[in-house]
Amino acid sequence: MSGKDVNPGDFPLALWPPSASTEAVQSDHLILGFTVLTLLLTVPIFLAIAWFAVHFRAGKDVHREYSDKRNRLLEVSWMLVPFLLTLIFFYWGAKLFDIHKHPPADALRIEAIGRQWMWKFQHPGGQAEINDLHVPSGEPVMINMISQDVIHSLYLPALRVQMETLPGRYTQLWFTANRTGTFRLYCSEYCGTDHSRMGGLLTIMSPADYAQWLRQSGTSISLASQGRALFSSYGCSGCHGAGSAVRAPSLAGLYGSPVPMLAGGTVVADSGYIHDKILDPDRNLIAGYKQVMPAFKGVIPEDRIVLLTAYIKSLSPAGQDTQPGQAGPERTP
Amino acid sequence: MTPPPDSLIGTIETALREPHPGRITIDREPDYLHDEHTLWSWLTTTDHKRIGILYLLSITAFFIVGAFAAGLIRLSLVVPNGQIFSNDTYNKLFTIHGVVMIWFFLIPSIPATFGNFIMPIMIGAKDVAFPRLNRTSWYIFVSASLFTLFTVVAGGVDTGWTFYAPFSTTFSNTWVVPALIGVIVVGFSSILTGLNFIVTIHTMRAPGMTWFRMPIFVWTMYAVSLIFLLATPVITMALILLVMERVFHIGVFDPALGGDPVLFEHLFWFYSHPAVYIMVLPGMGVISEIVPVFSQKRLFGYRFVAYASIGLASLTFFVWGHHMFVNGESETSALVFSVLSFAVAVPSAVKVYNWTATIYKGTLRLDTPMLYAMGYIGLFVVGGLTGLFLATLAIDEHVHDTYFVVAHFHYIMVGGTALAFLGGLHYWWPKFTGRLYPEAWGRLSAFLIFIGFNATFAPQFVLGYLGMPRRYHNYPPEFQLLNILSSSGSLVLALGYVFPMVYLGWSLRYGAKAPPNPWNAKGLEWTTASPPPKHNFETPPTVDFPPYDYRRRETRV
Repeated sequence: MSGKDVNPGDFPLALWPPSASTEAVQSDHLILGFTVLTLLLTVPIFLAIAWFAVHFRAGKDVHREYSDKRNRLLEVSWMLVPFLLTLIFFYWGAKLFDIHKHPPADALRIEAIGRQWMWKFQHPGGQAEINDLHVPSGEPVMINMISQDVIHSLYLPALRVQMETLPGRYTQLWFTANRTGTFRLYCSEYCGTDHSRMGGLLTIMSPADYAQWLRQSGTSISLASQGRALFSSYGCSGCHGAGSAVRAPSLAGLYGSPVPMLAGGTVVADSGYIHDKILDPDRNLIAGYKQVMPAFKGVIPEDRIVLLTAYIKSLSPAGQDTQPGQAGPERTP
Repeated sequence: MTPPPDSLIGTIETALREPHPGRITIDREPDYLHDEHTLWSWLTTTDHKRIGILYLLSITAFFIVGAFAAGLIRLSLVVPNGQIFSNDTYNKLFTIHGVVMIWFFLIPSIPATFGNFIMPIMIGAKDVAFPRLNRTSWYIFVSASLFTLFTVVAGGVDTGWTFYAPFSTTFSNTWVVPALIGVIVVGFSSILTGLNFIVTIHTMRAPGMTWFRMPIFVWTMYAVSLIFLLATPVITMALILLVMERVFHIGVFDPALGGDPVLFEHLFWFYSHPAVYIMVLPGMGVISEIVPVFSQKRLFGYRFVAYASIGLASLTFFVWGHHMFVNGESETSALVFSVLSFAVAVPSAVKVYNWTATIYKGTLRLDTPMLYAMGYIGLFVVGGLTGLFLATLAIDEHVHDTYFVVAHFHYIMVGGTALAFLGGLHYWWPKFTGRLYPEAWGRLSAFLIFIGFNATFAPQFVLGYLGMPRRYHNYPPEFQLLNILSSSGSLVLALGYVFPMVYLGWSLRYGAKAPPNPWNAKGLEWTTASPPPKHNFETPPTVDFPPYDYRRRETRV
């Protein structure tokens, strides 16, 4: 725990965790409803076993006659009815899960990088924080995450969500907080020596406070601007920049557009595609270009890939870095 | 090679045979314990009963090691700031606990001990189909597990029993490769045992012992052997790939080498979920033996229970993805694995309902094995239903990798397998040793274990829902009270484990002699002497009666 300014008394022992979103409340209703159903199904059995154990004890003079006739309908129904009842909860859980898997397009996007043993969060405006996370309430927040080394998992109990943070691949979680407050944030996938110290505090603020916090904290250079500086310092601009002598695809308007593959078909250029292309350009060769780009695996860390991706994303098809008519990957004549 | 000195063994065996010197014994074929006396005769035996006893002694030793590690874990978690051990030591401790308990206690527990000892007698066979292979499998088990134990205790491994890549292949600085090799090798003993059991059940049944006259325990041994044969090779391959990546940097799982870490999770759980049923099915088999005996009534719905065993063994191969709902598997996979996991509840529920129906209108004796069986039913139901919670996608998103999961699988593995193991141990103890254990002590420890177990693990459900992640050495202070509660419960549980070791050991020397059938039980193992003669039966049995041949209808009132 980073826990700089937390006293034990700030988080009193409760028997139910605080919830900070409407989905979290729904998850609570789901598990409570399921608990009620399981109690209805099992308590009679437990009572029956206890009662039989007492009533039919050896040596007691009780009525033990029974018919050998079997009631198949009864036997099948005591299997199927509880099963069908539990499927209600399968459906309910799946629906909530489905919501959790589809962030709205306008969500505030925060980049998270996990590494042994800290979290780094980067806000769109360029503000970065370690282990602690500040988010606004009342608007959807999508956390796009990746690991620098081993598998981690970002766990936000107050929102009842977690998602594994994988090396080499982006994963997402999102939520809309409906209250302000300070809650715990953990790594829940075992990641080595200080796994249990890899966490901090999630602070949910009103949108006005969040804007204020953004203004006060650190850099005012946006992720895209920081990425632009990296774009030239890593030498990317030498080939991908406007007016370069090397025939490399222009990156303007690339983000979100389909890219034709050498092997046929197209791939939509999302964060994952750009990530893989920078680190390992020899994979998934694109049509129309000779592969001459060096691999940046082991050279560019994940948090800088995020910055570069933000920059590439900011290059609109008609942006100042490209000349009109050259938008998108060039085609071989 | 010289045989080991056997004066000590001889003394113990004389004591076993002659507890009341001077009493006249009838001259007959010596039982399997007294046929030969030397330690050498035990180490070179091909008798399935002796091999069962060898397994029983070795897994008990591993259980003590695993339980000791668990005790240290609970000790450490009494304080939230991890002051008792270093973080690395704590991580090694839970790895020892997991590796030893899963691979060296739970997986071999019931199949290798009761399966080896009782199953051939239950089907009226003289031995298993391949007696020397059986001995080989014990040697593989003992050497590989001692090697692994040395690795994890002397050097230490900090990956957890799950060995997730790329942590295990690239980032851990501990003795991962030797531990992996040990676990790979020990898998072969499972495969050989499974093969042996399948052939034995197919070819060695006594005349008249048709498939539907076999006790449910034999059915579960058959089901579990199928899992041994079909699933174990997958973990063998997956762990070999881990070794390849760690030693030769061949990229399979680490993205930095061009691999995919989620692939390892798939391969690992493709074995390790069925492995849960390697642990659970034999327990169900034991309970299905105990409940009819102590109710003096036929097992209700025998065929349903038999089919349910095979059904569980098959279904279990199609649910591994429920360990990975939040691990980057696709939404479609998650939906399919979720609904399939719900389906597993059906055959499990069949068994619970049928045990309950068996007790109804029975003639109940609440001896120790029956107390364990009833405790088993309760804890298994709690464990199984919390498993359904975890199979529910939105709930898993919250409690995945928290203490909720820890509590859930301990309800299945300790509440289920370990209680069934203890119940079976008491039930067959007269058959194994020819001695009766002290009943009052047996009942007392069964109660202690039940209470201690619940006190230890019930608070962990709450901890998990509150959001305490598993494998945490340092935890937020607001969770301390519940952790102290859990640790105190583990003291009671430990006491409950120590008692049986003491009084069962005591009964070897001082326990009353057991008659062939002390429980008035049906089944071939109770028709022969206690302990059985070397070749199990004085005359080979013929079977012309159904399984669980207790009264069909009460005529006496």
